[in-house]
Amino acid sequence: MEITLTHFLLISAVLFSLGVFAVITRRNAIMVLMGIELILNSANINFLAFSRYGGMNIEGQMAAIFVIILAAAEAAVALAIVLNIYKRFNTVNVDEISILKD
Amino acid sequence: MTPHLIIALAVLLLPLVSFIFLIFFGKRLTKISGHIGTTFLGIDLLLAIYLFFAKLYDTAASWDFTFSWIDFHTTLNNIPLKLDIGIMVDNLTAAMLVVVTTVSALVHLFSLAYMKDDVRYSRYYSFLGLFTFSMLGIVLTNNYFMMYAFWELVGVSSYLLIGHWYEKKSAADAGKKAFIVNRVGDFGFLVGIMIVWMQFSTTTFSGIFGAIGGGKIPFGSDTWLTIAGLLIFCGAVGKSAQFPLHVWLPDAMEGPTPVSALIHAATMVAAGVYLVARTFPILTADALVIIAYTGAITAFIAATIAIVQNDIKKILAYSTISQLGYMVMGLGVGAFTSGVFHLVTHAAFKAGLFLGSGSVIYAMHNALHHVNDHHTDAQDVRSMGGLKKKMPITFWTMLMFTLAISGVPLTSGFLSKDEILAGTLSFAHFTGHSAIPFIGFFVAGLTAFYMFRMLILTFFGDHHDAHRAEHLHESPWVMTVPLIVFAVLSFFAWYSFNPIGAKDGWFYAKITTPHVVVPEHIAATPTEEFLEEVHHQHNLTMLISVGVAGFGILMAFVIYYWKKISADALEKALKSVHTFLYRKWYFDELYDATVVAGTIGLAKVLAWFDAKIIDGIVNGAGSITKITSVISGKFDTYVVDGLVNFTAYFAGLFGLIFRKIQTGKVQTYILFAVVGMMVFVVLFGM
Repeated sequence: MEITLTHFLLISAVLFSLGVFAVITRRNAIMVLMGIELILNSANINFLAFSRYGGMNIEGQMAAIFVIILAAAEAAVALAIVLNIYKRFNTVNVDEISILKD
Repeated sequence: MTPHLIIALAVLLLPLVSFIFLIFFGKRLTKISGHIGTTFLGIDLLLAIYLFFAKLYDTAASWDFTFSWIDFHTTLNNIPLKLDIGIMVDNLTAAMLVVVTTVSALVHLFSLAYMKDDVRYSRYYSFLGLFTFSMLGIVLTNNYFMMYAFWELVGVSSYLLIGHWYEKKSAADAGKKAFIVNRVGDFGFLVGIMIVWMQFSTTTFSGIFGAIGGGKIPFGSDTWLTIAGLLIFCGAVGKSAQFPLHVWLPDAMEGPTPVSALIHAATMVAAGVYLVARTFPILTADALVIIAYTGAITAFIAATIAIVQNDIKKILAYSTISQLGYMVMGLGVGAFTSGVFHLVTHAAFKAGLFLGSGSVIYAMHNALHHVNDHHTDAQDVRSMGGLKKKMPITFWTMLMFTLAISGVPLTSGFLSKDEILAGTLSFAHFTGHSAIPFIGFFVAGLTAFYMFRMLILTFFGDHHDAHRAEHLHESPWVMTVPLIVFAVLSFFAWYSFNPIGAKDGWFYAKITTPHVVVPEHIAATPTEEFLEEVHHQHNLTMLISVGVAGFGILMAFVIYYWKKISADALEKALKSVHTFLYRKWYFDELYDATVVAGTIGLAKVLAWFDAKIIDGIVNGAGSITKITSVISGKFDTYVVDGLVNFTAYFAGLFGLIFRKIQTGKVQTYILFAVVGMMVFVVLFGM
């Protein structure tokens, strides 16, 4: 069986859905962050797939690397925020942190 | 400005300085203020006398100083429109300055004793200064504009002095009456000034006379020239108490007696006669006839009233009106110099008469005070009598004044009155108005009669009350000295060394009829012809006037001294005539019923109009505004506020709904976003 673009995109879509699911359902902020990583990685798969099949060529791979770097930076900042949230609220449970409402 | 004009200015301003000084410092100075005022006037008198002689020996017709006060920088009738003011001294002015300052200075002196216990002593003296200043201003000015200003100042100061004892209602009323009646005449004067200013763009005498002499008459009409002259004469009618505006003068007796002397001799009534004299060159024949008749009627009415009055000051007041009538009549018939001459001689003996009556009242008042009699009127001639022995100086000086006013030879009054009467005869000769000399001689007889009636009732006969008589004394020297001075001045020799020929004196040589500028066809008899005829009538006049005066005096002695004819019986026999005269021809009643009642009625109508119509409109407007505002308020409360509240409520309602989805949980928001995106994808992507 020939592996085509569609397979990659399906994998990517599943990964994305799992990521979104994690972001929405997890109570722990760390888990939410991990969901975000999944989403970013699903995007990376898309970039690489289009680089191979779609004619994006080297630009697709460059974008993927760029996203990885971005994800690393984002993780650093997000973890710092989580630490601050923990300092402030003494918890990382996102359900209990709802002062945005006010 | 020459040194002489500076002296003239000083004469004018010294009484003003006295006024300002005393009005500010008088209260602190108390009794000294009288002496200060008197000193100022004394200096003023000396300056005036110096100026008088300087002018008389000067060849110039007049010393004039004019400057442009306001320049409108435009032209009217092709003449530059500006307001010139200035001062002028001619022979007439110089003589008037001496008259005014003499009377004023002696009144100041007299008042030192007469007013010594007055509560407003310094105020009295300061107003005397203002009064004198105003009158000197009228005399010194060279234009109608300034004259009008000083004219009104005289009105104000007379109001202040007549109402000096303003606690007394009658005095306060008399002050108001004098001021208001004068305003009536002043209105005419103002209109007259406006006519000449509009037509000639100047108010200076020389400017106006020059323009008319140059053939330019107001509106190019002879009638308008007559009207302008008569309107200016209206001012004189008010100030000089001529019929029909004479009613204020008798009431003005409510003021202190020295004030009466000042008003009657020098500062107020003289202003009117002076105005006619100044205006003389532009008076047409028609205007002069009206002026002559006004004077004659005034002289007659006042003389008849004076016969029956019992208040010593009232008798003198009516005699003043009568003599003023003479002066105006004299000017009206064209006897310019005689009219002015009578003004001067009258000033001396009338001031003397008033001060003499003041001396009598002062003595009576003190005597009544001593015997604790508070009912007898100190001014009623019927309660006097027998004062001759008690007050010799007052008596002999009063006798001199009475002889002078009656026109007895060797007095100054004889000289001036004869000349006026001769003038009326000359006037009758040229114009045929023979009523004027007739009235003139008749009034001369009446004058002699009522003046001697007053003198006999006051000084002759017996004392009414022996007890009171013990307390009657001659007045102090400050009161008798002015009397003596005036008595001396009532002697003929001061004016002419010829006791029967005023023409030979300096007055007729120096104060001559001014050049008449009225166009010939409407002018009165030329001066030369007129004076020639006066000369012819002179001896006849003297004969008649001495005759009627003698008859008047004789009748007074017959009735009041020898009592051959009972005055009471006479009064009863002529009851209606007596009442008519005693009520002063019912002039006050007539004016009360017409002018005063009319004014009050009009005021009431206007008050009603104001209260009902104007206030109604105002209140109606108020009510409408109020109703409108209530409606507007309701609209605001229910409609506008309702809308605003509804908007807020609406927003709140939606807020409540949307608050539900605003959980504050980031995950919920992401869920919404994802679901939303999926909806979009489904909607548009498929």
